[in-house]
Amino acid sequence: MELSNEEKAILNGEKGETLQKVLKSVVNYGDLFGAQRLVSLTNNSHSVLSMGVGLFTPFYTMLDEIVEEGLKMDSFTVDPYPMDFKNIKSNFFQKMVFRILYKSQNHLDILLQKLGLQENGYTCTCYLPEVGNIPKQDDILAWSESSAVVFANSVLGARTNRNSAGIDILMGIIRKTPEFDLLTDEGRKATWIINLKTETLPDAQLLGSAIGMKVMEDVPYIVGLDKFLGNELNDENLAYLKDMGAAAASNGAVGLYHVENLTPEASKYGKSIIDNAPGKYIIDEQELDRVFNNYPNIWKNTEAKPKKCLIGCPHLSLGQLYEWSKTIINELDGGKVSLETVLLAAPDVINKFMSDSSVYKSLTDTGTKLSSTCPLTFMANPLCKQIPIVTNSNKLRTYTSARFFMDHDILKIIKTGNLPKEN
Amino acid sequence: MAKIFKGRVIIRGRVSGSAVVSLEGVNPLASWKDACLKKKRPALCSDQNNKELYNKQLDDKILCLPQFIGSTSGGLVLQTAMTLGLGPRGMLFSKHIDSLAASGIVLSDVWLNQQIIAIDKLGDEFLSYVKDEMPIEIKDDGTVIVG
Repeated sequence: MELSNEEKAILNGEKGETLQKVLKSVVNYGDLFGAQRLVSLTNNSHSVLSMGVGLFTPFYTMLDEIVEEGLKMDSFTVDPYPMDFKNIKSNFFQKMVFRILYKSQNHLDILLQKLGLQENGYTCTCYLPEVGNIPKQDDILAWSESSAVVFANSVLGARTNRNSAGIDILMGIIRKTPEFDLLTDEGRKATWIINLKTETLPDAQLLGSAIGMKVMEDVPYIVGLDKFLGNELNDENLAYLKDMGAAAASNGAVGLYHVENLTPEASKYGKSIIDNAPGKYIIDEQELDRVFNNYPNIWKNTEAKPKKCLIGCPHLSLGQLYEWSKTIINELDGGKVSLETVLLAAPDVINKFMSDSSVYKSLTDTGTKLSSTCPLTFMANPLCKQIPIVTNSNKLRTYTSARFFMDHDILKIIKTGNLPKEN
Repeated sequence: MAKIFKGRVIIRGRVSGSAVVSLEGVNPLASWKDACLKKKRPALCSDQNNKELYNKQLDDKILCLPQFIGSTSGGLVLQTAMTLGLGPRGMLFSKHIDSLAASGIVLSDVWLNQQIIAIDKLGDEFLSYVKDEMPIEIKDDGTVIVG
């Protein structure tokens, strides 16, 4: 890698041993991916590392050293807080295991604050207006959290690789990242054409799942989605793209997608952004049915009645929170939810929603809860992963035993407590 | 008869040992979770989704795989496993190293001074050829002798 004089000086230890190690890590990492140089970050970071898992002792030792040296990042955000005993029911034993699992949470919280964590900065949807960590087109970032990475790249037109936890923090400290892959024009070319041939707009997370499983880590160019979503980004289609991208990123490893006539680079460059000899994949209703019907049921008791419904992975936008609220309120018509139902969103999104006291009260009167935690970290508890949980998140389905259903079926489950085939 | 493969050196070194093989991507968090929580050897793979690797010993073996997959916290798990003495003796990737493994290996090297000898880009033929318990010798220059 070609380094500037300043970078060489740091690598030689002229600015202290800790900063030397920070830069050495970033340079060595970049060398593995063929980066020719480091480029400066132009906006704030987002890190996946919000959960104080007791295991990660070497990582906390590294952060202790960094903080002791007085090194900081620009204001940044992290993924959701891993526990919420107030809004998601846990019994005594489950809480005990949570406290063991995340026994370093206090330590990590303090470290993150000293590093420069934004107030209320615990959410995977840092790019929402209420949260405010919003990159601009062409911004250079060093994000982790796959759902945030794919949103920043695809919908906002910023540039970040899918960084891993640990190295993302170091890039934030040094305010530089190696230039390779998704930071380059070449790396952002689409190598797949996805032809959407459905009659109606498909479920975002189901579509994302199908795309992700087919293209894995490649870059897809999606044709036919703009006829449903339009040619201008707005709150509604942003929320759709957020969820589609999260599913593609977790069911595959997609870090960037292009939607013809809609996302920034596709709108600007059109089909010229497609590489030579791309793969081709047609998605129609039959294909989506095939994908859905192949999801395994890994509940311990496959015939169990669902006990919890978790909606919002990634976190819901304000618009989605309103939509779910009104839908649940109307559907229940004065009644209560039939199973524990939690809507998940960023703290600042929930705060804004709560300020609309009439809708908030009507929602909570149904028994629905709001939380800013991460459902993945909830289900990482071995005592919780055995609970029969339903969700509308394909990301949650991929990483846990939660069963995925589309929104209309989730609503029926919330109302009746039964799975769709039993209605 | 021994077969020779050549890859790209990630962390240089010489080591010999026996193979443990996964033809599908390895999820480090799911694989090392139980071993790291129990902090005892042998480190048996706890990823029930990886039928090939599940319950097999990971520490003191040369792990042969295409790539790491899964959560972006995976690199930290590798770092933790190394600190606890539960990490692999070496890592041999048939494909280009992924960001999770790269992060874990680099952070272990720079911050813990623990080197995980690793070679990547060994090719699909390597991964098809190598089987569990086969003897492996890794040389400084990226040469891998299997069998």
